[in-house]
Amino acid sequence: MALAHEFDYARPACLEEALKLKNEYREKAVFLAGGTDLIVNIKEGMLKPELVIDIKDLGEMEDFPYNEDRMFVGAAITLEYLIHSDPLLFDYQILQDAAKTVASHGVRTRATLAGNICSAVPSLDSAPALLCLEAVVHCVSVDGERQIPIGEWFIAPRKTALRDNELVLGVYFPSAINWAGIYLKLGRYGGEDLAQAGWGIMLNRERQYRIAHCALGPVPKRAFKIEAWLNGNELSEELIAEAIKLIPEEISPITDIRSSKEYRTHVSGIMLKRGLLAARDRLKGKPVDAAKLLGGIA
Amino acid sequence: MKEITLRVNNELRSVYIEPNEILLDVLREKLGIKSPKCGCERGDCGACTVLLDGKAVRSCLVLAVEAEGHSIKTVEGISAEKLSALQEAFIQFNSFQCGYCAPGIILAVTELLEKYPKPTLDEIKESIAGNLCRCTGYTPIFDAIMDLTKGDK
Repeated sequence: MALAHEFDYARPACLEEALKLKNEYREKAVFLAGGTDLIVNIKEGMLKPELVIDIKDLGEMEDFPYNEDRMFVGAAITLEYLIHSDPLLFDYQILQDAAKTVASHGVRTRATLAGNICSAVPSLDSAPALLCLEAVVHCVSVDGERQIPIGEWFIAPRKTALRDNELVLGVYFPSAINWAGIYLKLGRYGGEDLAQAGWGIMLNRERQYRIAHCALGPVPKRAFKIEAWLNGNELSEELIAEAIKLIPEEISPITDIRSSKEYRTHVSGIMLKRGLLAARDRLKGKPVDAAKLLGGIA
Repeated sequence: MKEITLRVNNELRSVYIEPNEILLDVLREKLGIKSPKCGCERGDCGACTVLLDGKAVRSCLVLAVEAEGHSIKTVEGISAEKLSALQEAFIQFNSFQCGYCAPGIILAVTELLEKYPKPTLDEIKESIAGNLCRCTGYTPIFDAIMDLTKGDK
């Protein structure tokens, strides 16, 4: 039995060929890396491409260079590979926390970070980490290259700043050597679930803070008001209590099958508090298991 | 129609497919490999799990054409000569009832044990978090794996 929708399949051996095809077909062609979202979308009739362009033979897509200044994650790098890589074990722990919470192992062995941000659902687990890390999406087309800061990437649910002839080559991350961070995801139960709420939190020794959330509005975004309140200050009960009061100004949650907007708002305060204290623990070198901070439900 | 060749359970197999055919369907309907099951068809339930180049993947989310030149392992391959120690442990602990999830769980745990011969309970839970079982509550599944991997076996 085949899918109800028919399409052609191309597996170009070089980038130029892939970009030429995409430029010719535009929105009628889709790129395939892991396919864990794409195939579902085709099955359910949300996408009806004429051409599927498989990018897994393009060498550039497997690039994963890393040094003191930055890390680049090529578009074919899977989340499972990332989770066990050195940079995520040490400098980019917030991204490791996030990658670990995406779906389940058997999906992460195919799913990619680039595909995750191209899907751009509101509950996107990797988004708070990317926003906190100030990642930059590297796009390329026959017209040339574009670097899109992650803060300008998410336009609306399932809509990104990517143009219809562009391909995501990968994602750049600036050095996070002086920072510590954590991503907290609340689901309804242990194991795979979409987020009811997700909070990414980073801080450094100069008491600079970066806070971002997902599943709490149409697109994942930074919480700049909370950051401004915290910046320059040592964490204290009072400081955190005041920060929590700012949450309703930063989020616009809805009520859906996973939780009510009231619960999302309430639990965000708990997540922010525990996340801030846990990120500070990590900054001091104390190991923290992000999956255990919300009662083991993550 | 395009002919692809892939290695299924250590045997080279060639098959004619269309680009929109799913690996799970091709394995079951064209290659006669019936252990991967069709459950949710959207990557949530894990019943269709196969090992693709040694890694557990959802065969309902892979195009058959993507598997060209790659290696697939299913329960048929794991137990070609005799049941694996893991399968024996599952029998001993009566780990499954209806058995629909069993092939997926056997493959997911087989992959886990190759990497971590003595996994913690948390590692076991994580490895099959995406393999849904609606009969057992998972406890006899965890018990079998913990018993198999304890001590110096």
